[in-house]
Amino acid sequence: MQRFDRVTGPAVPLLRPNIDTDVIIRAERLVGTPKDAMGGYAFESWRYRADGSEDPECLLNRPPFRGAPILLAGPNFGCGSSREAAVWALLGLGIRAVIAPSFSDIFVDNALQNGLLPVVLPEETVRRLASEVEADPDHARITVDLAAQAVVGPEGTVHGFAIDPDRREALLLGLDDVGLTLRQAEAIAAWQEKDRRLRPWVWFGAAAT
Amino acid sequence: MAATLLDKLWQAHRIAPAGRGRDLIHIDRILLHDLSGARALAELAEKGYGVAHPELVFATPDHGVSTAPGRTAETFPAGALGVAMLREGARRHGIRLFDLGQDGQGIVHVMAPELGLALPGLSIICGDSHTCTQGGLGALAFGVGSSELAHALATQTLRLAKPRAMRVRYEGRFAKGTTAKDAVLAAIGRFGAGAGAGCAIEWAGEAVRGLAVEARLTLCNLSIEMGARIGFIAPDETVFAWLAGRDFAPRGAAWDRAVAAWRCLRSDDDALFDRDLCLDAGTIAPQVTWGTSPEHVIAVDRPVPSPDQAPDAAQREAWAAALAYQGLEPGRPLEGLAIDWVFIGSCTNARLSDLREAAAIVAGRAVDPRVTAWVVPGSERVKRAAEAEGLDRIFRDAGFSWREPGCSLCVAANGEAVPPGARCLSTSNRNFVGRQGRGARTHLVSPATAAASAIAGRIVDIRKPF
Ligand code: SF4
Repeated sequence: MQRFDRVTGPAVPLLRPNIDTDVIIRAERLVGTPKDAMGGYAFESWRYRADGSEDPECLLNRPPFRGAPILLAGPNFGCGSSREAAVWALLGLGIRAVIAPSFSDIFVDNALQNGLLPVVLPEETVRRLASEVEADPDHARITVDLAAQAVVGPEGTVHGFAIDPDRREALLLGLDDVGLTLRQAEAIAAWQEKDRRLRPWVWFGAAAT
Repeated sequence: MAATLLDKLWQAHRIAPAGRGRDLIHIDRILLHDLSGARALAELAEKGYGVAHPELVFATPDHGVSTAPGRTAETFPAGALGVAMLREGARRHGIRLFDLGQDGQGIVHVMAPELGLALPGLSIICGDSHTCTQGGLGALAFGVGSSELAHALATQTLRLAKPRAMRVRYEGRFAKGTTAKDAVLAAIGRFGAGAGAGCAIEWAGEAVRGLAVEARLTLCNLSIEMGARIGFIAPDETVFAWLAGRDFAPRGAAWDRAVAAWRCLRSDDDALFDRDLCLDAGTIAPQVTWGTSPEHVIAVDRPVPSPDQAPDAAQREAWAAALAYQGLEPGRPLEGLAIDWVFIGSCTNARLSDLREAAAIVAGRAVDPRVTAWVVPGSERVKRAAEAEGLDRIFRDAGFSWREPGCSLCVAANGEAVPPGARCLSTSNRNFVGRQGRGARTHLVSPATAAASAIAGRIVDIRKPF
């Protein structure tokens, strides 16, 4: 997993609520597309016109937002399908952090498994950051600092954010969960031993023919 | 202390704390399909991990498979890779696979309950957000991404933060003609597509207790469309009767023991919820979505809202974009709007009861010549049962295409799609931009509304003669 400690750069404002993972990456790209090629298809229906050419109107295609490492979004970002490819597509576009008033739970877990940081800030704060960006798009820069758990806006205002301490540590170090869990193998085996007696149907049932 | 059903389900699977904010949770069933399942198996191989308990893992192809009559995995060549990876992974790890054309194959959330792979009180995951469907049996069922899926395959556990407990109660009884689909769409319209974020929803109330199992699965299916990864209904005698004798359900003394344990799976009377919402069941009319989020929904006879009525600027922009995409004008009801396609299918509404409901409306009538209408049964078993009853004949005689089981037009990942600009009435669960195909315009409805509208060639209010 990619480490995350601090990212500074332009932030693309897409404040529309309920941006779903189908819009982030189309289902037909889920088959056969390698993880690291997903970026080319991110937000396909917004970035490209019907004839396949890039839409210059789309913020994601326009400097200074093209390749921006930060996305400012509306509530319920990443709702819909559990496809982890949505996270790979955002990373492929160069996005490392998404700042929004709320996220879908599955999206958050997928993001954290891949070193993309979802930052929850109040809706007024996200709107304020967006208007500061829109006031001077060419020069506005936002910093997302995980170590300090803070977002620094274009005008220098600091906004603290909360994150589960273990997940913060895992991101800072780039650790993945499987290694951690396998260290608890004994506890898992003991629990399962007891469970076979408590809920035998979970285990016998599965063996039915 | 009084406990919610969520507390009980969580406690029953909690192995140990996993750091400061999460618990290590046992996963009782892992379901794999040809997109995320194949991906997770590949990831596992890359990382060099094995499958901890293959006997608790089950696989079936559904997403990237053609549903054309007589199909094989190769009928849609781009999807054949996912199916091949699933077959190969299942063979290598000794995972039970329900393959194309075999008894048991189907949309994963349709086949798992019908085989008794899903049972009350089980923790069930799949790399698919609609796993919450299976909460209709009283299971703790939820979707995960492919990394978490690989984690669960390797360890039979997940490191998870406990969600907050939300309850949504329907008071009173549903009106005649109101289906579970209408009921849940009305809740999403009222409370919003993000209302359940961070929560597990317990669907409750007199009206819910009166629902048959298949309708409960439909209701729980859309929990994720209200933002909740988990949704469930306390299991009761209706559920136990439905499950008895299913292939993977316990038998004999084990069954009696299981049922005794399942009877405790309910929220205590004085349990407190983090959020407790209520709806009047009797006032819910047939629902139709007008926009590109499931929260963009209205009763069939109400006017499409104007962006001017939106609560804020971002919503105004979203509503205007949705209306433009859908080719709709505000101020007019959806009732009477001409349609091009009808899709009866998906893990929301492609079980036998849904097909019976639709067939009863279609029988002896003909699909409007301007409409292309498909029925895609949810599973091989649904298909065979429907054919045994002659439902396929009713649909075919009326002009529907009767197809093989799979996800099909719900997600258009299998080469089947609604053409750009075409207006489709769909019994599925997502009306996102491009979900049913590039530029396709989706309206989510119940099977009854879809069937009647296919005949009329326009959106019908099923409470009136058409
Ligand atoms: S039918 Fe649709 S929602 Fe259900 S599992 Fe398939 S693609 Fe997902």
